[in-house]
Amino acid sequence: MTTVTSDPAVAAAAATRTGRASSLPPLTPKLLAGLVIAGAIILFGVVGPFVVGSPSKVDNIGLSGPSPEFLLGTTQTGQDVLAQLAYATRGSLIIGAVVGIISVALSAFFGVVGAYAGGWLDESFSLFSNVMLVIPGLPLVIIISSYVQDKSLLLVAVVLAITSWAGSARVLRGFTLSVRSRDYVAAARVSGEKSWRILCVEILPNLIPLLASQAVFAVIFAILGEAGLSFLGLGASGSFTWGTMLYYAQNGLALRLEAWWWFVPPGLLIALFGAALSLINFSIDEIINPKLRTQTRAARKGWGLSRRQLKAITTEDEL
Amino acid sequence: MRYALQKVVFYVVAFWAALTLNFLLPRWMPGNPVDIMLSKLAQRGPVTPETREAIELLLGTNSQLPLWDQYVQYLGQVLTGNLGVSVTFFPAPVSQVIGQTLPWTIGLIGISTILSFLLGVGLGQLAGWKRGSWLDNIIPVTTMFQSVPYFWLALILVFLFGSVWQFFPINGGYDVWETTPGWNAAFIGSVIYHGTLPALTIVLSSIGGWMLGMRNMMVSTLSEDYIVTAEAKGLSPRRIMTTYAARNAVLPSVAGFAISLGFVVAGSIVTEAVFSYPGIGSALLQAVGSNDYALMQGIFLVITLSVLGANLIVDLLYSLIDPRTRARA
Repeated sequence: MTTVTSDPAVAAAAATRTGRASSLPPLTPKLLAGLVIAGAIILFGVVGPFVVGSPSKVDNIGLSGPSPEFLLGTTQTGQDVLAQLAYATRGSLIIGAVVGIISVALSAFFGVVGAYAGGWLDESFSLFSNVMLVIPGLPLVIIISSYVQDKSLLLVAVVLAITSWAGSARVLRGFTLSVRSRDYVAAARVSGEKSWRILCVEILPNLIPLLASQAVFAVIFAILGEAGLSFLGLGASGSFTWGTMLYYAQNGLALRLEAWWWFVPPGLLIALFGAALSLINFSIDEIINPKLRTQTRAARKGWGLSRRQLKAITTEDEL
Repeated sequence: MRYALQKVVFYVVAFWAALTLNFLLPRWMPGNPVDIMLSKLAQRGPVTPETREAIELLLGTNSQLPLWDQYVQYLGQVLTGNLGVSVTFFPAPVSQVIGQTLPWTIGLIGISTILSFLLGVGLGQLAGWKRGSWLDNIIPVTTMFQSVPYFWLALILVFLFGSVWQFFPINGGYDVWETTPGWNAAFIGSVIYHGTLPALTIVLSSIGGWMLGMRNMMVSTLSEDYIVTAEAKGLSPRRIMTTYAARNAVLPSVAGFAISLGFVVAGSIVTEAVFSYPGIGSALLQAVGSNDYALMQGIFLVITLSVLGANLIVDLLYSLIDPRTRARA
């Protein structure tokens, strides 16, 4: 198999820095913006449902625009959009969290353990993840969903997780293979450490940035996947998520009737949350691969050069 | 040669896994799909014993045959192309429904994916070459496009270009009233006209990933020693960018292209739902809507087969581009 990873030697250089404090990403504007937006949305999902009214209470003012009484207007049947949005945020975040945890656990197990053990275990694990990788996920999810009539939020999350771990297992495997052949691992083995200890103490810490970025990616993937599934009418029954909100808005012809307050907020929240998570991911990427850190505009500012010297460098680059 | 053989064997194994999954899924799931399907078929017309037997094999049943014998018979049936009869498009057999819808999907999705890949890699190459330039700073923005739910973006575009400023038709694959399908200019023009907006939405939502991947690889490649050597030799920057850096930087993207093909075919389901495009995704959704299990299973198999085939082709090409894969095999 061809493994596609960023050059492991590069990542190793990043991982050899000492001290616990320096292993946290530096607080760049990108990271800060990502954390603030994601934090605000999570807070809304956690606290929101306690503050707003009932999301399914029907009222006789249908499709009214934003007003002091209903901050985000109402749906066709007069339900409060803001209340629905708060519950939907909670639902989608639960899906994201569950899928993130399960798929990282699966990919770490199949990627790291297999690569560390080597031999036939590695062969069979890697064959299994490669097969899972090429079998298309969404059609499979759709088919499983159509057999089961009453779906809980958890079931949808589990099905999404099962179909989405293989890609990151492959990346982790490639990286573990390179870490495993390093000298300090060999030294630990010679000095008689148990293999589970080598795995947890020597190898896993180096994988943390990679695992973090895979987890963030899995959460984005899960939230988008659930939204797509719900939009096709195959989501969890009787629950509020961003996807089901969009499904009802689409079926209620929200766009045709120009009820933007019903259609835009859920999609915008998904986009914002995804964007915030990608910003966090960019910062993690720059830890994994230090080459991505140099030579950007922000880095040049830190060199303390005069404006003219900076200009010279920039033009030189653009020749 | 050995590498190619390894690949072919792997994809045969993957296809066998998909077949087995297809065989076991209806048998694991709650409910009794066979009865549901047969009762639906009986509403449409008389069900012959052969049809009944075919559907029982496809979907599992409480028949007295041991599971293993069912499995062998099922494999034989699928390999001869007998996928049962569709309820939704009764009395057409499943294979015929798939044959009619597949070209639409492959045309629309294939063209837009290749376009997105070429554009994304080209722009990513420039962004990596001119690090810190305005193009490079666009990348986070295009990546954010990826976290916008695809169907939401598509629906808003449909609303804008289809309803507000009626540039494009909002659904269908061609003009049903004015043209007749065939190799005539009017029909082909109509297909292109109807396909523009869906293709545009696919490109918009997928280009960011290609750009980012190519840009990051480009940055890593540019710090290699042989680039410095090339500069020292006084080669023109353009030549260094294209024939020295980009050629090596594009390799992971090519490998990623194979993997993304699978996601693309899957994504086509949502695209076709938004645009009511007459492709295989729409057929799958119709099958789901009317509990047409035979058609569902058939479509899943065909989608898997096409993804595996595309992957195999990309893998074999990859070994031509990158000799290191051959050495490792």
